[in-house]
Amino acid sequence: MAMKSFGLNVCSDALLPFVYTGTKGPTVIVVADDPNCWSSAQSEQNSRAYSYLAHIPTLEPADPQECRDFVKLAFEISEKFKIPVMVRTTTRVSHQKMPVQLGKPTRTVLVNGEFVKDSKKFVTMPPRVLEMKEELLEKIRKIKDFSEKSSSNKFIGVKRLPFGIITSGVSYLYVMEALKELRLNLPVLKLGFFYPLPEKKIKKFTKNLKKVLIVEELEPYLEKEVERLVKSDLVEVVGKELIPEVGELKPEIVTSAIAKFTNKKFQIPDSRCQIPAPKRRPQLCPGCPYWLVFGAVKKAVDPKKVIFGGDIGCYMLAGLPPHNIQDYLSCMGSSVGIAHGIKKSTNQKLITFIGDSTFFHSGIPALINTVFNKSNPLIIIMDNQTTAMTGHQPHPGAPTIPDGIKSEDIVSACGVKNLKVIDPANQPEFIQTIKEFINKKEVSVIIARHPCVFVK
Amino acid sequence: MITLLQIISEAALIEGYDLKTSELHGLSQRGGSVEVHARFGKKIFSPMVSRGKADLILGLEMQECLKAAYFASPKTTFLINKHIVPIPLQKSLSEDQVLNNLKKISKNINLIPASEICQKEFGTGVTAGIYLLSLASFKKLILLKPNSILKAIKKIIPEKYLELNRKTFELIRKA
Repeated sequence: MAMKSFGLNVCSDALLPFVYTGTKGPTVIVVADDPNCWSSAQSEQNSRAYSYLAHIPTLEPADPQECRDFVKLAFEISEKFKIPVMVRTTTRVSHQKMPVQLGKPTRTVLVNGEFVKDSKKFVTMPPRVLEMKEELLEKIRKIKDFSEKSSSNKFIGVKRLPFGIITSGVSYLYVMEALKELRLNLPVLKLGFFYPLPEKKIKKFTKNLKKVLIVEELEPYLEKEVERLVKSDLVEVVGKELIPEVGELKPEIVTSAIAKFTNKKFQIPDSRCQIPAPKRRPQLCPGCPYWLVFGAVKKAVDPKKVIFGGDIGCYMLAGLPPHNIQDYLSCMGSSVGIAHGIKKSTNQKLITFIGDSTFFHSGIPALINTVFNKSNPLIIIMDNQTTAMTGHQPHPGAPTIPDGIKSEDIVSACGVKNLKVIDPANQPEFIQTIKEFINKKEVSVIIARHPCVFVK
Repeated sequence: MITLLQIISEAALIEGYDLKTSELHGLSQRGGSVEVHARFGKKIFSPMVSRGKADLILGLEMQECLKAAYFASPKTTFLINKHIVPIPLQKSLSEDQVLNNLKKISKNINLIPASEICQKEFGTGVTAGIYLLSLASFKKLILLKPNSILKAIKKIIPEKYLELNRKTFELIRKA
């Protein structure tokens, strides 16, 4: 199964017990992180932290060939040790291309599933759950031995030098590029395993080094592990002093860091562009119904006197010009949740936007909360009948699903009394309803229904 | 843009090079920028071009080239489509403003009215990128032979658009 970093957050509640119970058939979870937030809001999440929290074995491929090889390896580990395995990529790995050698598939038979009763394995009640944890940690010890022997953790370069580099993922490619650029031949330890780490291999690598540079993108997890491992030795561990913790690594950043690490002269070439390049900001597509919704809102209320909530989807662009109606934006479904919190603390007026797909994904419990715990935000469900931002996937309420679930039925069932479905092209009714609903004492919902330009 | 990268990749593979590419789609469909890197040679590690290390910057729009100048040095060749796509709600730069600023970075600026020429010849400017790439190949601004580019076009472009792209390539060959 594959997901973006934030997707792992959504399934994290199920993930931890899943690693405790272990698997029958091999299971691999591919997680795509996004350093630099090229297509993410919320946070610059480093999903490697889940390896520690869940005790899930984790591999970090550096390029497409490794993506293929490490997924195969992950399935092998999963099958052998009966545990889910995580393969973690970053944007510059996920959107990288190179010629890839494929192997021959060894198994092509799809077997019909059968659930074999095994409550000792699948029921995570105490005290059994604590036994499961012991068993899990024992599994991890065995996988660590496997990691020590795995060729995915490899040593490159000359052995007898006082400076060395430890790295993983796409950073490895930048390290090799930098060494070529600086004409250096330093020993490099490339880690394919993030968890469990091949600790013996790391100690062996650092044994005769004076200084080791950890070229690691984002948080210093590896750095801290290496510091712990070499505590008794006389190796100096260098990491975040030279490598930034925020933003993705670029080859020139790594080259500059290695130059400083080895006291070599290196100047990043200065592209002397005096005039700032104009920023081309994303815009709603021409003909998008959201233009009509935002326009109506600004006609119905004074934007300076209303709090505006945002959420994840095309309508997240509400914060950019020319709309400029967004006061908060957090994770999926939070537009309603945060709206509730704000409305419980203040009498200020609030309108919050949530997409149809996002509503089905995570807005429903938050909506129930506004009814059950009595707050009165005005919620506008941006119903363009698709999941547009990510490529027009269907969702339970999209009309392409036969017998689709109607969002107004869900909203009604949640106990919302003030509910209207309006086509935003019907501006007079839309504006009038906003004016009416924003003063209601209970939660109100407008479903702004008009198909996305890409929906047939 | 992605198709252009596929063609460059295919041509590089045909000529036996090692190759890595990097794509950033961003919010391209919502009017954002698309930036792609291609590096090919004997042995390639990084998929990303380092700052100031671009041999060739191929720009389908002039203002985007100012952003791409990050990767340029006096040694870099620019091959730019003489075309400005206005940026909503902002004052777009003029062609002269862009040109004058790029000239401060490198002397090798080639401004080609590719969209205009394609529009005139074929009634559509959609193959402007292919026009520029073919030109780069024939003028040896990129180390890929015209024959490899043509083979790549035939392999990558879907049947129904192949003729238009092939004709665009031939336009350069005849010139």
